[in-house]
Amino acid sequence: MLAPVHHVIGLTTIIRERLLPISGNVTARVQQKVTAGEVVAETRWAREHVLLDVARSLGVTPAAADRLIKCQVDDKLAASSEVAVGKGLFPRTVRAPREARVVAVGGGQVLLEVGESKIELRAGFPGTVIQVIPNRGVVIQASGGLVQGVWGNGRIDSGLMVNLMQTPATVLIPDHVDVSLRGSVILGGRIEHLETLQALAELPARGLIASSIVPGLLAKAREMRYPILVTDGIGSISMNSVAYKLLSTNAKREVALNAETFDRYSGSRPEIIIPLPASADPPMPNETETFAPGSQVRMRRAPAMGMVGSIVSIKPGLTTLPSGLRAQAAEVKFENNETLIVPLVNMEVVG
Amino acid sequence: MPTSIVTANSMLAIDIGAANTRAVLFDVIEGEYRFVASGIAPSTAESPIRDVSEGARNAIQALQGILKRNLLDVSRNLILPSQPDGSGVDALVVTVSAGPAVRTLVVGLLKDVSLESARRLTESTYTRVIDSVSLGGQRKPEQQIDTILRQRPEMVIIAGGTNGGASRSVQKLLEPIGLASYLLPEEKRPAVLFAGNDQLVDEVKALVGSLASHLHFSSNIRPSLDKEDIPPAESELAQMFIKIRKKQLKGLDVLDLWAGGHTLPTAFATGRMVRFLSNVYGSQKGLLSVDLGASSTVIAAGFKDKSVLKVYPQFGQGENLTGLLNYTSLEDILRWSTLDIPPTAIIDFLHQKALYPATIPATKEDLVIAQSVAKQALFLAMLEARKDFPKDAAFIKPTLTPLFDPIIAGGAALSDASRPGQSLLLLLDSVQPVGISTVILDQNNLMPLLGAAGSVNNILPVHVLETGAFLSVGTVVCPVVTAKYGATILKAKVVYDTGAEANVDLKYGFLEVLPLGSGESGKLTIQPARGVDIGFGPGRGVKNLQINGGALGVVFDGRGRPLDMPSDPVRRRELIKKWDWTLGGG
Repeated sequence: MLAPVHHVIGLTTIIRERLLPISGNVTARVQQKVTAGEVVAETRWAREHVLLDVARSLGVTPAAADRLIKCQVDDKLAASSEVAVGKGLFPRTVRAPREARVVAVGGGQVLLEVGESKIELRAGFPGTVIQVIPNRGVVIQASGGLVQGVWGNGRIDSGLMVNLMQTPATVLIPDHVDVSLRGSVILGGRIEHLETLQALAELPARGLIASSIVPGLLAKAREMRYPILVTDGIGSISMNSVAYKLLSTNAKREVALNAETFDRYSGSRPEIIIPLPASADPPMPNETETFAPGSQVRMRRAPAMGMVGSIVSIKPGLTTLPSGLRAQAAEVKFENNETLIVPLVNMEVVG
Repeated sequence: MPTSIVTANSMLAIDIGAANTRAVLFDVIEGEYRFVASGIAPSTAESPIRDVSEGARNAIQALQGILKRNLLDVSRNLILPSQPDGSGVDALVVTVSAGPAVRTLVVGLLKDVSLESARRLTESTYTRVIDSVSLGGQRKPEQQIDTILRQRPEMVIIAGGTNGGASRSVQKLLEPIGLASYLLPEEKRPAVLFAGNDQLVDEVKALVGSLASHLHFSSNIRPSLDKEDIPPAESELAQMFIKIRKKQLKGLDVLDLWAGGHTLPTAFATGRMVRFLSNVYGSQKGLLSVDLGASSTVIAAGFKDKSVLKVYPQFGQGENLTGLLNYTSLEDILRWSTLDIPPTAIIDFLHQKALYPATIPATKEDLVIAQSVAKQALFLAMLEARKDFPKDAAFIKPTLTPLFDPIIAGGAALSDASRPGQSLLLLLDSVQPVGISTVILDQNNLMPLLGAAGSVNNILPVHVLETGAFLSVGTVVCPVVTAKYGATILKAKVVYDTGAEANVDLKYGFLEVLPLGSGESGKLTIQPARGVDIGFGPGRGVKNLQINGGALGVVFDGRGRPLDMPSDPVRRRELIKKWDWTLGGG
């Protein structure tokens, strides 16, 4: 059976697309080495529009208004500049209310784009640009450690990773947060208190790697201006041992935290990249696997949710589970030497 | 059935669900179409594969393993038509529910008239209404443009204007939509369905025709103020949905090509089957189909002159589960639980299941939580759907579920329950049927596939229905009554074909079962107590009603309608355990 894969890899080749949400100007070049914070593409986007009903303002028909309109599509207008002037002894004037760009003219109306803002796309992690996607972005390659998460608050940053977890089950409390952590990415464990998120915001921290977060804090976590990445699940869940080992042994290294939201259709997942030097390109991670004896697997559901074990054997046919349901299952041995029969659909391959 | 109308053609039906893809083979056996076997594989709409045809091929491969017959060639393409060596099939139909709910903007002239009809139309497929626009709205046109640009609807449904009525107002509504579409990149432009004033077709084409990814027209869903006519637009919407899905889901175009265009939204195909069955049964009572799937909960009901199809992605048991608490409380979910479960466990469950929709309950406690959540979701879906059931449907009380017979239940949450009694209790608690009904479990989730198959071969569904592809759970008797706990509310007797009898005195607050196995039939006589209504009027019973058996037999539900649950949680849990035990639980 095809197995979902959750990447936790010590050294691999990482290739990621970085794209603008709308078309723009790509500033990076192929083979350019980029840092995590470097701008690779930029664009401008207007959040608001203003529709000027010239015909109505001047009291004329739409066709007559079209003849009085002085601007064309793509014209840039200064605030208060004339858009149309009426006729008569005391002609009325229609003016641009703000600095604007004309996007449509017709039917006696003018549609203006106002409040333009700049969007900068950053590399997100240090690496080499291997492809430029015209008007949209770049593809960057790097080597290093990779840990995928299950939830992210949509932000991105990088910094020195500081480990505040004594065990995979550590709960991060505000008392653990002090000013020496300013500008760091915190490896923090379970998040159960709003005060913890606030304390990290006040520092400010450059990022937070959590094993889990209680559901009541998700809305606040989305509001935080630093990236928050959850490795294992929503609730109170310890960090899976493979991710904990990899992250804790790489403490005090620079890490890139891309806490993008998990999208099952596009495949975007929050992830931590630990840039590491490699003499040759290490192997790429497998995107698909099949369940087989010896596979390292992580549990996606109770019992033993979040725990990592290895498949001892795949059970033939369908197995009746303690719930009474029948499903394809495997015998899994965990690190504490306990074994369990687990339905295949409740597992993912770690690697 | 004369065999001459059966063409010796095999048909493969594929259903692409959010979690699983099923491949089902129907073939001619002894002159009649039969359900032969089904293969299942995880759906592959999502990353990393992102190609639904892969999941379909895997499901076909699983089916091949059961049949010991090749359906795919060496390149894993479907062998069409069947070959002299027995490989391949003669036809394919596809149903699809996978994919995120389609972000939809509804537009109507009047908030309580055409806008409401447009909203009802969206409920016939997998949509999420992200915004609505009507003449009475407070937003300026430029604000409407900004909202559309920000929310990027994938579909716009426009209703409004009675036939022969004013046109200027509709045009005014369309202008901001046309302008916003013009400003969107071409690949992001929405598909547009116009279901308003029939005489505005040319103007709609002129205003938004070149700016929509697809422009569809249907007859006016609100031809006059007091008349609503949604079904023709449902059909158009189904076609539009498939076009959108073909853009979103890689591999669907390949499957649609193999199927010769016979691809339907799963819910729409279920609705077709319900319409067909309600014509076949032709009873005064309605016919109800409920499907509790990962992508949505679907309620399809057929009445004498009307059918109702309701798709509720917000009550699906998959990725949308985190939003369930926007519609209900934790207490209302916990009221169904046989165990004392902390509310945080429910919240954690909703989030984890939303992350991993394909997972299943492995422990008893997890199953109790999953069933409690499923029960509440179906309960809410029924409450919503009931609002649009026809007022002239057969009711015991208009505030209760109408009289339905049969009730057909499918979807992973129902068909995957560990035993039929568990599925039945889920149905009795959430649907709360009244009167006398036959309950059928669609354990192979065939309803939509038969609905789709009927578009190619209208004999096939008839034949398959007459076979044992569906599991009859039995006959349920649900009196409408309020009484004291333990008071006798009816006496009933089943006379078996052998002449033997079984009797029951049903007490208020109890469930009782009389055995009547699958394939057996019997005669049911019921004498209700004064004021108790089983669908024939208060206190009026029935004599020698011919009934068929099922996995559970005849189930009497004396728990009152609406369901009367004790407010004390300890007492309530004890009772639910007792009810579960009566229906075969351990």
